[in-house]
Amino acid sequence: MPILRSRFMLGAVALAGTTFAGPALAATQLTGAGSTFVYPFFSKAFYAYSDSHKDIAVNYQSIGSGGGIQQFIAKTVDFGASDVPMDKNELQRAGAPVVQVPVALGGEAITYNLPTAIPGGLRLSRQVLADIYLGKIGRWNDPQLAKLNPGVSLPDVPIIVVHRSDGSGTTYIFTDFLSSASNEWKQKVGIGKSVQWPAQSSVGGKGNEGVAGSVRQTPGAIGYVELAYVIENKLPAAQLENRAGRWVSCTAATVAAAAATKPNISATDFSIVDRDGGSAYPIAGYTWAMIYQQPQDKSRGKMVKDVLGWIVGEDAQRIAGSLNYVPLPSNVQGTARKAIAQIQA
Amino acid sequence: MAASANGLGDAPRSYATRPHIFLLDRSFAIAVNAAAGIFVVLVLGLFAMLVHGSWESLHAFGLRFLVSSTWNPVTSTFGALPFVYGTVVSSLIALLIAGILGVLAAAYLAEFAPRFIAAPLSFLIEMLAAVPSVVFGLWGLFVLAPFLRTYVAPPLQAHLGWLPIFAGPYYGVGLFTAGILLAIMIFPTVAAITRDLIRAVPSEMREGSYALGATRWETVRRVVLPAAGSGIFGACVLALGRALGETIAVTMVIGNRAVIAASLFAPSYTLSSVVANEFTEATTSVYLSALVELGLILFLISVVVNGLARLLIWKPQLLANGSRVLTWTLRRRAGA
Repeated sequence: MPILRSRFMLGAVALAGTTFAGPALAATQLTGAGSTFVYPFFSKAFYAYSDSHKDIAVNYQSIGSGGGIQQFIAKTVDFGASDVPMDKNELQRAGAPVVQVPVALGGEAITYNLPTAIPGGLRLSRQVLADIYLGKIGRWNDPQLAKLNPGVSLPDVPIIVVHRSDGSGTTYIFTDFLSSASNEWKQKVGIGKSVQWPAQSSVGGKGNEGVAGSVRQTPGAIGYVELAYVIENKLPAAQLENRAGRWVSCTAATVAAAAATKPNISATDFSIVDRDGGSAYPIAGYTWAMIYQQPQDKSRGKMVKDVLGWIVGEDAQRIAGSLNYVPLPSNVQGTARKAIAQIQA
Repeated sequence: MAASANGLGDAPRSYATRPHIFLLDRSFAIAVNAAAGIFVVLVLGLFAMLVHGSWESLHAFGLRFLVSSTWNPVTSTFGALPFVYGTVVSSLIALLIAGILGVLAAAYLAEFAPRFIAAPLSFLIEMLAAVPSVVFGLWGLFVLAPFLRTYVAPPLQAHLGWLPIFAGPYYGVGLFTAGILLAIMIFPTVAAITRDLIRAVPSEMREGSYALGATRWETVRRVVLPAAGSGIFGACVLALGRALGETIAVTMVIGNRAVIAASLFAPSYTLSSVVANEFTEATTSVYLSALVELGLILFLISVVVNGLARLLIWKPQLLANGSRVLTWTLRRRAGA
């Protein structure tokens, strides 16, 4: 009994201690919501940030870019994150000026399921890849594919086109690339997070894992997945012919090269697909963070401004690199910092 | 009969001597009425919310929404037909397979299996019902789909490929895989309920049947199953309800392609899958509204299926009377 009582006393003292120390120690909770693509990076980066800034904790909910924009407009979060920046319509609904900042960079690899391994990866030109997704090239032994891949024995099996079934920034970037590579795609299908896939033999997989799973299990399948997913799962990835006519594999270096060709991105001119640079990989894109230019709560706004400033800096981008995202090239970091400077807090 | 207003029938005479009982009775009556009422409010509220959320889409597309096969978020053109087709067909495949297997398994468990087999087997079947659907989905994508593609589809294509339902290439994912996965998921519902129903059939009926010289097979087929018939039908409807609304597992194996194809091997799409897939990234308001309307359609399908089933189970005489009235009226008209 005495022991019990002393424990109780200890507890009471501890409780009292927290109550008194509370205001000084309790971290301010900042909340963000949106893109699932950026979530692994954000969660690790915010954890690291709280380690050095004990007074701030950032709670990020990966509910999808669309949901992130809705929450941001409803002002239920301090910042939103989206794989595609808010468009004119959404900005109008926001009702106040919004600052949009590129925070993460990613590439998309084309993976496939063929019976024999191809050293260096299958070669696909921009036009051939578009024609495959249009359903115009339907078999692996098509002469156009054979011409690009001399010495590779391509089987006489149908090409099964795999795409994301869930609405996704990944699909947006991929269809943005196809629209740039092929006029026919631009007119027949267009760009979107979900589109009407024209190829007859196409199936949709949910998430990167769904696409990768379908490709891995279906002989003759081809699909697009995030770079990190290909690296972590050791999937075969195609070499693409870029606009400059060079063969490039999807790596952190080639994606960064694509981004570096266009440092002056903005929320209205953000596409970095199909760039005309020597080693630029053609399928790449940013994730954007959104914050109001004049935050209602200045002190919280200042904290978000600081957090974002840190996110686009070297330390956080190194964390991104360790998670197989592509660190923002330094000229893009400059663009991001300039955008953040517009936040009036 | 003032007290019958509280739903408890005639007032017991003891109210006069025990006034507090009257209060308790009243409160209890209010509590049960309110508890039941909440669900009415919830269902009506859900329906109202769905109609309200889909208003823009109802207004923009009208009835075209139900008969159009185009689902194109880029041009904001939306039609639900392929999703309705995929939902109904995948659920019917599941019901066909699970219904037959479930009733047979239940008959075995209740009538034939020795106790030391029946008990663990029943436990296993009930375990199957407790497996989360995302686990079924992963298993379906990584185990079932390759298995069906390698071992089941080729013989079907070779021998029955002339049938339109088995025509065309098979990718491993599609209507066929979704139907079979759903069948596995709803099988425990059918089997467990049917087993209990068969056990509830009075043993006098079996004894009577045996006394008349019927074999075991004849007894089960002619006496036991018909006696449990309406209940078995109810079990199937419960199972169908689960199949219609199942989302995540189906999304992983159905192929998610908004087309209507005669072949079961073709990819397809269901109402719940498209909502789950596209809701988070739907930004324009008409797009969101169209997705909510898909939810409204699913809601109505479930209500109609359940309503019909209840009518068939509990009021067979109502239907019989209804048809008798109908024939009587028709005959009178014809005579007049």
